Amino acid sequence: MAEQEVILSVQGLKKTIRRKPIIHDVSFDVRKGEIFGFLGPNGSGKTTTIRMLVDLIKPTAGTVKVGGYDVQRQPEQALRHIGCIVENPELYPYLSGWENLEHFARMLPDVDQDRIREVVTIVGMQQRIMDKVRTYSLGMRQRLGIAQALLGRPKLLILDEPTNGLDPKGIKELREFIRMLAAQGMSLFVSSHLLSEIQLMCDRVAIISRGRVLAVGGVDELVSQAGGYVLWQASDTDKARALLAGDPQVELVSDSDHAIDETIISALPDAIVTVIEADHIAEVLRRLVEAGISVTGMQKVSPSLEELFLKLTEGEGID
Amino acid sequence: MTKQLLSLIQNETLKIWKKKRFYVILIILAILVPIFTYAQSVMSSRSADRFDDWRNQLQEQITDYENTLSSNRIPEEWKQFRRVMVQQLTYYLEQDVNPNAPNAVTFTRGFMSNAVTLFIPLMVLAIASDLVSGERSAGTIKMLLTRPVRRWKILFSKLVALTFYVSLTIIAMAVICYLISGLAFGYGGWGLPVFTGFVINGSDVDTTNVHAVPQWQYVLMQSGLIWFAAMVVAMLSLMVSVLLRSTAASIVTMMAAIISGTILSNMASAWEGAKYIFSVNLQLTTYLEGTPPPIEGMNLMFSLLVLAAWSVGSLVVSFAVFTKQDILN
Repeated sequence: MAEQEVILSVQGLKKTIRRKPIIHDVSFDVRKGEIFGFLGPNGSGKTTTIRMLVDLIKPTAGTVKVGGYDVQRQPEQALRHIGCIVENPELYPYLSGWENLEHFARMLPDVDQDRIREVVTIVGMQQRIMDKVRTYSLGMRQRLGIAQALLGRPKLLILDEPTNGLDPKGIKELREFIRMLAAQGMSLFVSSHLLSEIQLMCDRVAIISRGRVLAVGGVDELVSQAGGYVLWQASDTDKARALLAGDPQVELVSDSDHAIDETIISALPDAIVTVIEADHIAEVLRRLVEAGISVTGMQKVSPSLEELFLKLTEGEGID
Repeated sequence: MTKQLLSLIQNETLKIWKKKRFYVILIILAILVPIFTYAQSVMSSRSADRFDDWRNQLQEQITDYENTLSSNRIPEEWKQFRRVMVQQLTYYLEQDVNPNAPNAVTFTRGFMSNAVTLFIPLMVLAIASDLVSGERSAGTIKMLLTRPVRRWKILFSKLVALTFYVSLTIIAMAVICYLISGLAFGYGGWGLPVFTGFVINGSDVDTTNVHAVPQWQYVLMQSGLIWFAAMVVAMLSLMVSVLLRSTAASIVTMMAAIISGTILSNMASAWEGAKYIFSVNLQLTTYLEGTPPPIEGMNLMFSLLVLAAWSVGSLVVSFAVFTKQDILN
């Protein structure tokens, strides 16, 4: 793929609050039409960084450029190209959805009633748009927030933990929506503390911990670095375990050594956790069958964010 | 540029309107004014019972004051005030003008003059104190400040909207007073002569510049001064609203400042430095009436200058902080 034009360029961003350094050194580029993930645990400096991108916080050092304009020096030109929701989509509860959109449209050049109608249709809010925001559910506020962010036809849409508080159906819809926007050429910057979410949504990712960017790269590339697990379930767990243990190409992982998400493990009782090369799986499976062990389940599990961190920081952990 | 500013002002005006703060002010006025009208009508009917002629009432008031003047137990500062009052009342008597004749315009004049130190500031606070802190606690400030608009323009548009509502509040107060009290006292009194131009020099009232103006003109002059005082309170509370994150805290801070001013001006004039506190200077209408100021050495120009200095200072602080501060929560 040809290198696309850089929409957002962050260089050497630092922030010190009350003499305490919060953000040490954050640099990354977001290109046109890509979905860029910003991954890090809570408290790692994601939100502080995002606030610096949109001029809510002044950086102590470093630059943020949007479409070539410096957010610090030319905020009016730079912010024109950004639509954003920082944390929760907070809109005026005493105004209707429509009035909120009109309010923010007045703050932008060349946004007319037709454009407002257009964004309302994009987020599918035609039914309730004249109701007071006070009466909206969180999902609807999220949609209205996105509609607001889209008003000025931004080149870059920044969403801070957009799936927080949404139900699974809402999350799926949001994911499809984000892909649709990217397909139209918009760049998206999505922060999250969940690796799975970033894996499902993003093309590239920056991983941040304790105010430092640990890695920037393609999502698949980074995830494969951290490896993954293969989980086995069999009718006779002990026999299967013995057979797997006898194979030098299979590494058994005890329960205390892996950091697989608890919700996944609890759904797979008595699973044997292994690390194994993908092209060896068929061979192991054949041998299990030959030994008369009926395999009831086999599943690949991606590493958790925590493990990815362990790999990237070589054992330092996340917090 | 101008178009953008007008749009921003439209936004801020609309938000204050939709928050229904102004309705609350109207409702409070619609409840309070009838109560005061009733009190006033009871008072006038009492004095009408006691005196066949208002001149007798005035004469009695003068005699009262003169009696206290000859007493040794009254402190000198109080005597000074009484001397001034005696001179004024004598002047009204000589000119054959009844200063207490009840009518809608006189009632409005009296109500507004009494409202300037506490009631009007309270109304102003209802609108001003959450202009910025409200956006912060609701989180909407994040949407507001990430739009491609310079921060000073946003604060400026809030200030313009605030000025508009302060003016509207004062007009509404005058209109409601006039309409409601007129039911009881009749709608006359526009042309009634009112004396103004008293210059207070120490214990003497200098009456050389005193002249009668029709009451409508007096009310207009007084409203101008009240508007000025209200705007000072508005700008100060805008500053407090920028500095404090919580709306409740900003209301309490401003109320404390205003009430302490009222207490200080009533605590006689021992501490001269108090005259530089803004809330001691809010009662601008006393200068028109010719009643002595709370602290010696204060006059209309002095108070206007002190208030202007406070408002300029608070605007400087508001804009400096608002345009630079990090939005962390």
